[in-house]
Amino acid sequence: MGKGSRAAVSPASLKATPLSSQHHAKFQEALSVKEPKEKLHWKGFSSSEKNRALFKTSYDDIMEEPPYFYLITTYLSYIILSFFGHVRDFYGFRWNKKAFSHLMPSNGYAALISDWDSFWTRNLKMRIEDCFSVPTSLVPGRTINMLERVTKDYCRTFQFTGKLKEAVNLSSYNYLGFAQSTGPCADAVEEVVHTYGLSSCGTRLESGSLDLHTKTEELVAEFMGKESALLVSMGYATNSTTIAGLASKGSLIISDELNHNSLVFGARLSGAFIRVFKHNDIEDLEAVLRDAISQGQPRTHRPWKNILLIVEGLYSMEGSIVKLPEIIELKRKYKFFLYVDEAHSVGALGPRGRGVCDYYGIDPKEVDILMGTFTKSFGAAGGYICSSKQIVDHLRLVNHSSVYGESMSPIVLQQIYTSMWSIMGRDGTGAGQERLSRLAWNARYLGSNLRKMGFIIYGDRDSPVIPLLLFNPAKIPAFSRECRKRDLAVVVVGFPATSIVASRARFCVSASHTKEDLDFVLRVVSEVGDILGLKMSSRKALEMGMDV
Amino acid sequence: MDNPVLTAINQTLYSVSRGVQAVPGSAIAINYIKNSYQNDPFRVVLELGLAIYAVKYMLSKKYRIDHNHVKLTEKEIDELVAEWQPEPLVQPLSEVQKMELDKAHVIVGAQGPKPKVQSGKNLLNLASSNFLGYITNEDIKAKAIETLHNYGVGSCGPPGFYGTLDVHINLEKDIARFLGTESAIIYAQGFSTIASVISAFSKRGDIIVADEGCNFAIQKGTQISRSVIRWYKHNDMADLERVLESINKESRANKKRPLTRRFIVTEALFQNYGDIAPLDKIMELKHKYKYRVVLDESNSFGLLGKTGRGLTEVYNISPRDVDMIVGSMANTLSGAGGFCAGAKEVVEHQRLSGQAFVFSASIPAMLAVCASEAINILGTPQGERLLKDLHENSAAFRSVVVSPSATQAMEVSSDAGSPVLHLRFPAASLAAAGVTTRDEEKFLLQEVVDEVAAKDGVMITRAKYVETQEMHLPRPSIRISISASHGKKEVEKAAQAIKAAFIKVLAKRK
Repeated sequence: MGKGSRAAVSPASLKATPLSSQHHAKFQEALSVKEPKEKLHWKGFSSSEKNRALFKTSYDDIMEEPPYFYLITTYLSYIILSFFGHVRDFYGFRWNKKAFSHLMPSNGYAALISDWDSFWTRNLKMRIEDCFSVPTSLVPGRTINMLERVTKDYCRTFQFTGKLKEAVNLSSYNYLGFAQSTGPCADAVEEVVHTYGLSSCGTRLESGSLDLHTKTEELVAEFMGKESALLVSMGYATNSTTIAGLASKGSLIISDELNHNSLVFGARLSGAFIRVFKHNDIEDLEAVLRDAISQGQPRTHRPWKNILLIVEGLYSMEGSIVKLPEIIELKRKYKFFLYVDEAHSVGALGPRGRGVCDYYGIDPKEVDILMGTFTKSFGAAGGYICSSKQIVDHLRLVNHSSVYGESMSPIVLQQIYTSMWSIMGRDGTGAGQERLSRLAWNARYLGSNLRKMGFIIYGDRDSPVIPLLLFNPAKIPAFSRECRKRDLAVVVVGFPATSIVASRARFCVSASHTKEDLDFVLRVVSEVGDILGLKMSSRKALEMGMDV
Repeated sequence: MDNPVLTAINQTLYSVSRGVQAVPGSAIAINYIKNSYQNDPFRVVLELGLAIYAVKYMLSKKYRIDHNHVKLTEKEIDELVAEWQPEPLVQPLSEVQKMELDKAHVIVGAQGPKPKVQSGKNLLNLASSNFLGYITNEDIKAKAIETLHNYGVGSCGPPGFYGTLDVHINLEKDIARFLGTESAIIYAQGFSTIASVISAFSKRGDIIVADEGCNFAIQKGTQISRSVIRWYKHNDMADLERVLESINKESRANKKRPLTRRFIVTEALFQNYGDIAPLDKIMELKHKYKYRVVLDESNSFGLLGKTGRGLTEVYNISPRDVDMIVGSMANTLSGAGGFCAGAKEVVEHQRLSGQAFVFSASIPAMLAVCASEAINILGTPQGERLLKDLHENSAAFRSVVVSPSATQAMEVSSDAGSPVLHLRFPAASLAAAGVTTRDEEKFLLQEVVDEVAAKDGVMITRAKYVETQEMHLPRPSIRISISASHGKKEVEKAAQAIKAAFIKVLAKRK
């Protein structure tokens, strides 16, 4: 990367990097900056009347297709890459047996890993490994500290230089900026280390239930507007170990095609029949429902015991917000049970940060099961299930994590409790509301400005997750490296995490970012976008007429 | 040439050919067809037929697996939708389920050797996995607070997306160094680790041979992997060999099938029985039949062996010979999370294919640092002393409950040297007392738990299971976890109390 005339583009506009010490001082007061407040658009719906009229849709999570040139070159790139991969494999299997030994049967053992499964990893991902799994240190807050590393063998191994590289952090799920090593949360957590220690040494059902669990569960239930809550020590496990307690053989699970792996894992463990519908497509969902209910179970045609619809509140790869009002309408007609995974939306959406129900102004009672995690908005770990007391009590007995897994650590509980307390405004400072407003404004500000610059941005306008489409595989490492060079840490994703053409960079906005930070981000991304030719949207003119 | 039919055909053909010629480029196509199919009309017909079929296939509706799909009108569907009444998502709790919920201890304040429970009493804790007393270790707490002020609490991302911290890398190195394996990988929850490890390697068509006594996490791992699963009788090596031999026979009969991956999965110290797997024999069979071994040391890591390196240390087997060692940092280390240790290829593959690793946020820095600290204590004289205390306490407890005076009322399925002890009513005594159902047995055991809590100030717990989903449900039991932080006298006294309660409850029933 960075050869020839392209590299000559000097980052002159970046003189005032937000990482300067002067800027740091400013950040100390950042959370009390008032400036974005009056520009907020919290009217319960995602976009203003004017914007909606422009798009003639009630939602605007439109997935814009790139110009044909980019599509064709993308496919071509993958063909060339896989051709070279096969050539490398051809020679590797014959003359570099040592490096390929785990892919070949040897000594009567089958290959540990099938060579086809790992083809993508070995031949494409490994060569740009420096853009993935970047090791970091310290707090993943407004900025992130990456451990500087070098490679001498094309990313096969890395050596740490011992230095840290600080960059503006658009990569961590720190929506409300609660990833902090100082402040009320850290103080409370320090206190709890002294009073409770670090573990409860057991499962919830046997001997690991603390009063702190009960207390936090009550607060979470209240926050979510549900009767009861159950905490699970790991976000992934909240899904993967719960669904089997809700659905079983004879039940039908209907799942959005882009649902998170943990939901797929959980659904598969349940033994229920699984059907998928097109991402956030209400018409397709209704067609699936009508077909499923009228046909009954496959082969026997007996009616389903029950139907569980599983959707996410905010899709972390697409930035799209679930069309909950329509789903609730369908729910009345088709009598299915609704499970909403709010891993990304809780804390990040809604005027009071209560997630997707709050965002649409829907009574949480309309949703049977609200699931979410504390990793993202609360700067903690683990997840929760909120529902009626009857369902939660049942889950306490059959959720694998509460019966067999470790219970949530007191430090995590305290972080959840204090941050949630603040969001609810009970600390009496309004700091929580400030964070919510900042996040909402930041998300709108960054997203709409990127759209105006002509980037193809997926997802909803209120989403704090902003995917910027790259398409060509070669632009994945290029975008990541160019941004890092300019002190910006971003996440890039390609196939197989996305569809083969839709490689993207993903920005996660945080309440801890200041307007200067976002202006800096916009400058950097614009510059890198020019170098890489990413401003390909055909809707630029339309976007120019939109409000923030 | 005056046949009107022929004339009509001729004219049609002529006008068709004119029409075709009018299409740009048609001359080239016709020329091509003419040249390639000279004197071979059959081939033209055949290929035309194929082309038509291809078009038809592409235009046809999507393939349906469900062959008996009934075509219904919209009205009929509406009626069926209106008619359909779903069952509720969950059923009301049964008596025994209510008891499970109500009777679970809730600890007020810190967990520890003598925690305070809801009743306000402090009980001697024989229920928690505080084996080495790490929960009250002030050095670990100090380290945790130091970490808090550098890293905060959450890591705010999965390992692949800037969620890998330097403390995670250090912990992985610490585990690998301590166990003596090439490398290691950490997961955010102990329970979810092994299911991800198994399904990362064992795929559809591969073969897993597993012990029937394996814990729930392993059962779920084998289920999610979609592999062929064969169970052998709990810790029965003759049966294991029989199963391996029968698989060998099958694959010999079916030579055409390519070589599949084959795994033996077992626990080191069984969570549900407290006994120990005969690793030496398993390794022998592994080498003989060419299986990879997945060893779940979740309960034994840090507990078994002179320095706590687990079952491999007990049998003096190199950990590098075991393909995958899975462990938990939530049990002995009194922290959270799990790990898998093994060769570099084994670990690196999981960084992309271990589902609970890839798709979950990484473990909070504070908990990772604590685990590192706890492991570092294990190798030192302090750690050896703790282990010695622990094993003395286990022996003391065991000598009380495994004695002639207790055999009528209780049986112990745990091996000597195990700090996890399962206590059960002997089946014969239960039958004599007229206890026939599982629920009744559970109520009886709960009486024991309540009795020792109220009378003797000892906290114990029944082993809990998701009974409807367990593959080979063990009989109800009380699981005792011995801790090094109690005095020997206290443990003996507690054991006496438990024994007395067992005898009393059973006698009352008679």
